[in-house]
Amino acid sequence: MAGNFELLSEQGLRLDGRRPHELRHIKCKLGVFEQPDGSAYMEQGNTKVLAAVYGPHQAKGMKAETNDVIINCQYSQATFATAERKNRPRGDRKSLEFKMYLEQALSAAIKSELYPRSQIDIYVEVLQADGANYAVALNVATLALIDAGICLNEFIVACTASLSKNSIPLTDISHTEEVSGGPMLTVAALPTAEKIAFLEMSERFHIDHLETVIETAMAGCREIRDILEAAVREHLLHIGSAADWARVG
Amino acid sequence: MAYVALSEAEKTFILHGVEEDFRCDGRSRRDYRPMELETALVSNASGSARLRLANTDILVGIKTEIDVPDPLTPEFGKLEFFVDCSANATPEFEGRGGSDLAQELVLALENAYESPLAFDYRTLCLIPGQQCWKLYIDILILECGGNLHDAVSLAAKAALHNTKLPRVTASLLDAGVTDLIISDNPYDCTRLTIDTVPLLVTVCKIGDYCLVDPSAEEEVCSPVSIVVSVSMRNGEAFLSGSHMTGGGAMHRDTMRNCLDLGLSIGEQLNTLLAKMLKQEEERVGPKRPKTVGFLK
Repeated sequence: MAGNFELLSEQGLRLDGRRPHELRHIKCKLGVFEQPDGSAYMEQGNTKVLAAVYGPHQAKGMKAETNDVIINCQYSQATFATAERKNRPRGDRKSLEFKMYLEQALSAAIKSELYPRSQIDIYVEVLQADGANYAVALNVATLALIDAGICLNEFIVACTASLSKNSIPLTDISHTEEVSGGPMLTVAALPTAEKIAFLEMSERFHIDHLETVIETAMAGCREIRDILEAAVREHLLHIGSAADWARVG
Repeated sequence: MAYVALSEAEKTFILHGVEEDFRCDGRSRRDYRPMELETALVSNASGSARLRLANTDILVGIKTEIDVPDPLTPEFGKLEFFVDCSANATPEFEGRGGSDLAQELVLALENAYESPLAFDYRTLCLIPGQQCWKLYIDILILECGGNLHDAVSLAAKAALHNTKLPRVTASLLDAGVTDLIISDNPYDCTRLTIDTVPLLVTVCKIGDYCLVDPSAEEEVCSPVSIVVSVSMRNGEAFLSGSHMTGGGAMHRDTMRNCLDLGLSIGEQLNTLLAKMLKQEEERVGPKRPKTVGFLK
């Protein structure tokens, strides 16, 4: 789709009033449900996603043959999540693609050597979709894995970035920006190690800009990592307060 | 249904508790577990509600569409139910695992809403024989802690209460063709009356006794249960459908007792829901705080 209108106004503000490098407002919570081993909920702007983690448990069926850990994801999107009603919550091409990408990125983060012959199930449910769905799904999956007590090498976080017509990079793309054209780049990174676990881009821009756009996305990742870390700390203080952890700080 | 493993001793304990009218969580046979209700939390839907009944978590979103009425019922609008059992609730629901349960819930709701006395389909009509509203009631099951039927029907009713249909004006063009003008103003909308909208009450038979609002553990102990749908009209409870679930059988007298219990509980539940919706309406009044959703 050709970009019909400009992503940045003359005043340097985006369609929703943000500055180019600003993330949308992030709110998150760990441990929303009782039944799963780990669960989390996250809102990034109007994108709202729930995740649940079951496992590690014994791998079932054919999968049990291998010695490695099996990471099994499911991405589904509520039928009322988008402005236009969807007929199927899962099983369409987009969901299958996201499922694959989630498995790929999370395998890079999970300490697989600790879980031989076991399976970890991660179920992601998008309640409201407003851009950067994959990135938010991955971030909330990280939180749910942490809530389930599964060992990770590091927080794995994802962020999107784009480029406006006058070559100013933008962080955290909303749905309106996504559909109004322009390139979109999604990066899933291990921010402290500065490793990129997954990268996807659509549309096109000159290769000279690639470096700055990736750097913008990485900066977004680092910012999100700090927010997630703060949420995890707060959650731990909350659940650990009975054991007098609060004073450890 | 979410699988709960119970030993014989645990089952006997639950059974004895039911006989003494003092269940494992301290309730009597006629008591419900605590409920939380929040409406209008999905901004992409015309109406939405989230109900948490102890550990059962249901999110309902309602979307609207303009459709052509059925030729047999030209003055009626349309409702379509869709239930999605999210794998968040239990890994068994992964892929197509939850479709049987989803189908059962859809059928139960369709049966309950079938009578025009239970749901007034005329309110959804725009131009008889030509245009009507079609409401998609999409139900998402996020966690199963027993008693899905009741929770789903309560959430669906709350979401219907929350649904805002934009005001439509029609202008007659040449050759009898009508043109609809839908208001752009989000505050210029109509609401549905939900007084007669049915609720489902699951009456569960454990041992020789009947109880309502079974927890997941109690459901395992019950050989058979009957789902009663209750519609209120002029302060009286009417039966708008019922079906049995589970593999067992029950005596005709027991069934009669179950239906009576279901009707009386349905009446109380209806009052309770009306009260919760009123509280919610006051909470989302002019001084509206931010929606809490799952952040609580």
